[in-house]
Amino acid sequence: MSKRIEVKDLNVYYSKFRAVEDVTITIEPRTVTAFIGPSGCGKSTFLRTLNRMHEVIPGAYVEGEVLIDGNDLYAQGVDPVLVRRQVGMVFQRPNPFPTMSIRENVLAGVKLNNRRITKSDADDLVEKSLLGANLWNEVKDRLDKPGSGLSGGQQQRLCIARAVAVSPDVILMDEPCSALDPISTLAIEDLIEELKQEYTIVIVTHNMQQASRVSDKTAFFNIAGTGKPGKLIEYDNTATMFSNPSVQATEDYVSGRFG
Amino acid sequence: MTATAERPTPTAPRPKATVRLGDRVFSLATVLSGSLILLVLVLVALFLIVQSIPALFAKPGEIPNQATNFWTYVGPLVFGTVWAAILALIIATPLSLGIALFISHYAPRRIAAVLGYIIDLLAAVPSVVFGLWGVLVLAPFIQPFYNTLVDHVGWIPLFAGPVSGTGKTILTAAIVLAVMCLPIMTAVMREIFLQAPVLHEEAALALGATRWEMIRMAVLPFARSGIVSAVMLGLGRALGETLAIAIVLSPATVVNVFLLTSQNPNTIAANIALQFNEAQGVGLNTLIASGLILFVITLLVNMAARFVVNRRKAFSGAN
Amino acid sequence: MSVAVRSSRATTSNTLTAGKLPKGAPWGLLIVSWAIFVGIFLLLKASGTTADFNIVGALFFGTILFDVLIVVISMVVEGGRKAKDRLVTSLVTTAFIVTLLPLVSLIYTVISRGVARFDANYFSESMRNVIGAGGGALHAIVGTLEITAFAALISIPIGLLTSIYLVEYGRGRLARAITFFVDVMTGIPSIVAGLFAFALFSLFLGPAFRAGVVGSIALSVLMIPVVVRSSEEILKIVPNELREASFALGVPKWLTILKIVLPTSIAGLTTGVMLAISRVIGETAPLLLTTGFTTSMNYDLFNDRMMTLPVFVYTQYANQGPDATPFVERAWTGALVLILIVMALNLLARLIGKIFSPKLSRR
Repeated sequence: MSKRIEVKDLNVYYSKFRAVEDVTITIEPRTVTAFIGPSGCGKSTFLRTLNRMHEVIPGAYVEGEVLIDGNDLYAQGVDPVLVRRQVGMVFQRPNPFPTMSIRENVLAGVKLNNRRITKSDADDLVEKSLLGANLWNEVKDRLDKPGSGLSGGQQQRLCIARAVAVSPDVILMDEPCSALDPISTLAIEDLIEELKQEYTIVIVTHNMQQASRVSDKTAFFNIAGTGKPGKLIEYDNTATMFSNPSVQATEDYVSGRFG
Repeated sequence: MTATAERPTPTAPRPKATVRLGDRVFSLATVLSGSLILLVLVLVALFLIVQSIPALFAKPGEIPNQATNFWTYVGPLVFGTVWAAILALIIATPLSLGIALFISHYAPRRIAAVLGYIIDLLAAVPSVVFGLWGVLVLAPFIQPFYNTLVDHVGWIPLFAGPVSGTGKTILTAAIVLAVMCLPIMTAVMREIFLQAPVLHEEAALALGATRWEMIRMAVLPFARSGIVSAVMLGLGRALGETLAIAIVLSPATVVNVFLLTSQNPNTIAANIALQFNEAQGVGLNTLIASGLILFVITLLVNMAARFVVNRRKAFSGAN
Repeated sequence: MSVAVRSSRATTSNTLTAGKLPKGAPWGLLIVSWAIFVGIFLLLKASGTTADFNIVGALFFGTILFDVLIVVISMVVEGGRKAKDRLVTSLVTTAFIVTLLPLVSLIYTVISRGVARFDANYFSESMRNVIGAGGGALHAIVGTLEITAFAALISIPIGLLTSIYLVEYGRGRLARAITFFVDVMTGIPSIVAGLFAFALFSLFLGPAFRAGVVGSIALSVLMIPVVVRSSEEILKIVPNELREASFALGVPKWLTILKIVLPTSIAGLTTGVMLAISRVIGETAPLLLTTGFTTSMNYDLFNDRMMTLPVFVYTQYANQGPDATPFVERAWTGALVLILIVMALNLLARLIGKIFSPKLSRR
């Protein structure tokens, strides 16, 4: 299920503006990698290039290579739609589809692609995905209620279940807890720990405690100033990054001296 | 290293070609229907021009009303159209300003929503009903006032006699027009007034300004272009209104500015409605040509209105 | 000395309330002014100067009197700045009352005169072979419904697809041109739309051709821009996050639009479409030119003249017989039915918008 991501000399542009410069990074399977850095340093932008979601923004394009198990996402003729089925994404704010019930939300990825699925298969998939997202026990009695009726933390776990249901290889999370309270955050963090058994997980976070709690490896992004492109400053084991970083800027950032 | 070089061009169709097909068909359909709208607008202009040509080059005697050529025929109508619309705006502009301010800044919040809804309902009343009301209710009601006006201030050219005995004058028509233009003008102004920055308003109030001073300092400067465009939109409405005028006005082929007589300049739209079903040959072409003139006038007014607003980049969820 | 006097006054009354009219004063003054003019008009009636009591005139002049009074009094009691504020407040309120008068008068007249023929015959008979009293507007109601339905059939797909293009695909010059000209198109006079449809068909079928379908074309020219504008506004409200969530699940764009964006906004879209229908269903001028008029039933959109309700109202008024009463009565009832249809559409549209729109989880 889980796959290795290799990024080579990746540049991201918004029209003429270079947002991210020369990122080279290798993300191992079955690990949690955290991207940290100050606002505007390009970490979210970079995350989006891992499943070509940046293309939603007009004028955004990349140079360089992103390989998932050796397949280049940006090779000629690659369909971004297929890429996104392999690389799922969870967003900053929980965004269940408001017209769908909880059950339909979980099945959305399957149903929306017009794939046929028998009722029992669908039931199994819903249960498996919701179990995987630690949400099953809370919602199993109200699967036909609208997803927007859940609490923020439950909605976010529903979105994770929805992403898991299309059985991707990689799950990207863009500040998944920033709109949640501490209790819900804890639930999500526990979930990330479990998901790691099966998926490669990349998470962007502003919260350094969270990065140190959930991730195996941490990448620190920074910008030299406004209008300059973001760069990958340091990438190492999380323990090393937070105790003994090799770059001064990283130490300043993780110790709270700026950012 | 240009953008085009980096974007993968869909050259190699693989199994996923079906997916792309759906996307392509769908986006093509939307583009086509969007372009269709432009096409329709071009066609409107084109057909009107084609059908107008016989009238534009007609010989004297072919045009109705003993006009020597098309331009002497349409001239009085253009005057009447513009004159009626201006009169209507003179009435409607201060009123709609007042209503919009009342709803946005004076009425209690809960009442304001209801009032806005009532004004919107006014917009939904069909114009033929306004016409009926204008001729059967407003005209007889207001005629005595016209008598009084002519008797006492008849020396002012605008109010010169002889007074119309039916009340079917251009002023009555303008009042009906004004009532019909009010909703759209009010709606636009209200939106603009509600968008006035609250911080500026509070700053003005904190300086000890009265409510009016606050509105003059913080709301009106902000809303100026919006007010202008609302007036222009109202003007567009008033210029094109047909049935209300056709029913209310008792027309003649004249050019004058007397508000209260029974000899009133007619408008293009009303003239078309009244003459169309009897017209034949060049007479028909003449009517269509006058419609073309009306089209051009309203087009210019509307385009001017849109330019004035200089629409700020609308907030869009889809970008 | 004088200082001492002032401070002693300050202890007896709050200085902040000094020089201010009491709270209820404006309302009291308004009622008094109204009462004065109601009195004057009653006197005029009693003395025989006017035929009957004129409540509208009384309220109108009473309101004007109030405006004058409140400013003068405020000027004396509260001073110039405050008086100016009072002036504007009263003017604004006056504007509102003055506008309500015609609306109330219109609604009142249409209802009171319309009920006379609001009977079963009106809804079950046409005007065939009717010369004086009697008859009905069934042929006109059927015509209106058919023509408007066909216009909607043309306008809704085009309008909806165009708004989807503008929101989801449109970039660059074409999108800007469409947006601009849709705005311009909303200002096309309805009679010009009628002329266009007429010119279009007369080019192929001769100038005498009249049929319901020509009217439908004319109406759709008026309706399309309204549908585009309202749908565009609604589609823009759909949060981008939902589109992104769908893309991230590997759903292609067209399916995202069909299955996420449209279902989310369906209530708003319906509201917009119904409001657009209610806008064109009362149009008279284009139908007068394109569908002609008739006294008989005609169910066929593509052949022969067809009566519509607005045109019916107009012709009943314009071509009165020797005894005008039944004609005018039919016209008023037609107006009443038309207003009822339009109001019903409006209310229904707003209800749909309110009840069925999904609750977007917003904090």
